[in-house]
Amino acid sequence: MTGQYDDIDLRVRIGPLRLRNPVLTASGTFGYGREFADLVNLHRLGGVVTKGISLAPRPGNPPPRIVETACGMLNAIGLENVGVEEFIRRKMVFLRTAGTRVIVNILGDSVDDYARLAERLTGVEGIDALEVNISCPNVRKGGVAFGTVPEMAAAVTGAVRAATDLPLIVKLSPNVTDIGRMAAVVEEAGADAVSLINTLIGMAIDCRTRRPRLANVIGGLSGPAIKPVALRMVWQVARTVSIPVIGIGGISRAEDALEFLIAGASAIQVGTANFYQPAAAEEIITGIAAFLHEQGEHSVRDIIGSLQVEAG
Amino acid sequence: MTKFQEKAQILDRQELAAGIYRLTLHAPLVAGGAHPGQFVMVRTDDSYDPLLRRPFSIHQVSAGGDLQLLFKVVGQGTGCLARLGPGSRVDLLGPLGRGFRLQREDPVCLVGGGMGIAPLYFLGKRLLQHARLPEFDPVLLGAASQQELALLADDFFGLGYDVRTATDDGSLGHHGFVTDLLDQVLPRVSRVYVCGPYPMMRIAAAKCLAAGVECEVSLETHMACGLGACLGCTVQAPDGYAHVCVQGPVFEAGEVAWQ
Ligand SMILES: Cc1cc2nc3c(=O)[nH]c(=O)nc-3n(C[C@H](O)[C@H](O)[C@H](O)COP(=O)(O)OP(=O)(O)OC[C@H]3O[C@@H](n4cnc5c(N)ncnc54)[C@H](O)[C@@H]3O)c2cc1C
Ligand SMILES: Cc1cc2nc3c(=O)[nH]c(=O)nc-3n(C[C@H](O)[C@H](O)[C@H](O)COP(=O)(O)O)c2cc1C
Ligand code: FES
Repeated sequence: MTGQYDDIDLRVRIGPLRLRNPVLTASGTFGYGREFADLVNLHRLGGVVTKGISLAPRPGNPPPRIVETACGMLNAIGLENVGVEEFIRRKMVFLRTAGTRVIVNILGDSVDDYARLAERLTGVEGIDALEVNISCPNVRKGGVAFGTVPEMAAAVTGAVRAATDLPLIVKLSPNVTDIGRMAAVVEEAGADAVSLINTLIGMAIDCRTRRPRLANVIGGLSGPAIKPVALRMVWQVARTVSIPVIGIGGISRAEDALEFLIAGASAIQVGTANFYQPAAAEEIITGIAAFLHEQGEHSVRDIIGSLQVEAG
Repeated sequence: MTKFQEKAQILDRQELAAGIYRLTLHAPLVAGGAHPGQFVMVRTDDSYDPLLRRPFSIHQVSAGGDLQLLFKVVGQGTGCLARLGPGSRVDLLGPLGRGFRLQREDPVCLVGGGMGIAPLYFLGKRLLQHARLPEFDPVLLGAASQQELALLADDFFGLGYDVRTATDDGSLGHHGFVTDLLDQVLPRVSRVYVCGPYPMMRIAAAKCLAAGVECEVSLETHMACGLGACLGCTVQAPDGYAHVCVQGPVFEAGEVAWQ
């Protein structure tokens, strides 16, 4: 699998979901997989997380939708997607044959939307797990994001749990005061795992025109710029919950991924890096194996949560 | 069409005018499958700032697998690229997007403004592969000044096209917009290919529409991936949004909701 590092065991378990290695691609940064098929050996990946899917297709936000910032980017795509029916009819046809785990990211305007999506996707051939994006506004509650209010996060998680027996990953928003509490709440509500972080809310201004650089004014920050924040949150969450944690945020190379694993993540997702380096996820898989080999470790599971903190 | 990621060696760097460069790269995989109007996403090094790849049109390709870019330094990314000389390597993704549709027989017209001239040279060369009389195909080229335009115009003269020029300062050809030159030629061409600044393409598109002549334009937007994955490169289309990196960069003028 990893060529010269065949003796290294990279397998991990995310609750009931078994992965051949801990490297996934993050939602919204890898399309529906096919976009990268010429450039990436999809069957080498631990899995692919799809672009977020809603019940009905969404057109997304007006342009401009992206802007580059120091060591990162802001996006306000507006959750553009093909909708669940088209996703099942068209996008799954390819994904099913890609030879990797398929995790479908879902989003909704209401608790009911999430439950209906989960029900619709359950039993569709080739879907291995659901990842629930709770960073979306709750339309019934004045647009407050589900993922920023513990009761709403629990309600979404509980509704999806009741609607599906697929492995259930809840993707946390970092735009909260106490990330550990949010993780504990969704664990309690039935999540099999949590993934974090989604993007941090930010903005950029063109001082000459005195206008925001995004039509939506604000957008989500991603890329290497957010890695220290993501790592801190993953560490906090891993100490708080007993379900597996998936680390996301600015991961570009093997050392980044290893930091997250050592902090307590059982798997990681590669996001923005897919844009500037499509080979990033594959290079990270090889790089993790090379590191383990060099350290005399046989299994990636032995380094998960191996952070040494001096008792002070 | 297959896309490749390729480490390309820079063979030559030519400074055509202040801040305008032509780079020749050896990139046989990307060059081999390229079609006029397609582009590449370029990464100059492994640094995180600038982070994203930069999109550039394919200026021309050679049978030996060389590929040229023509670009102007406007910021950090183009500045990094301009500092690289022969022997350096850059990382390319390509060929990307949907290019120009090739018209085989009737007279066509190419309209280029500034760096928008870049993809038109590849188009001009490829059109000649089909039997045609380039002296009947007008090529209208515009730029700020004679310094910026002269060498580029010579390339099209060299191919035998009916080249006409316009400059903002009047130092070469018509003093004014390149689109001013379109009125005389529209009655005798069947298709117009346009690449340049947005206002120029909007005017050209409107003139073609009024004259009932087919028109293709090559649009620019900020891009994170160039692969259809980030959904960041949106433009307004008559019936919703279009994504420039996969549905374009070349569009029929009617596929764009001009602002
Ligand atoms: C399909 C396509 C083909 C292009 N072909 C050419 C070409 O042949 N020659 C040429 O000189 N230029 C071309 N451009 C424009 C070129 O991509 C920009 O000039 C370049 O990205 C600017 O980067 P920078 O870091 O120097 O500027 P900065 O302003 O510092 O860039 C900041 C950010 O904005 C983006 N950006 C800024 N201007 C543009 C722009 N006009 N288009 C897209 N993104 C932009 C950059 O990519 C970067 O992410 C093309 C653009 C597109 C979309
Ligand atoms: C362009 C873009 C689109 C995204 N779309 C989604 C999405 O649809 N659903 C989701 O849960 N996260 C989405 N994300 C967030 C990423 O999956 C990831 O959590 C975030 O970008 C942080 O990781 P990174 O720094 O490695 O990119 C998107 C990110 C980007 C940059
Ligand atoms: S640039 Fe990413 S979808 Fe077009």
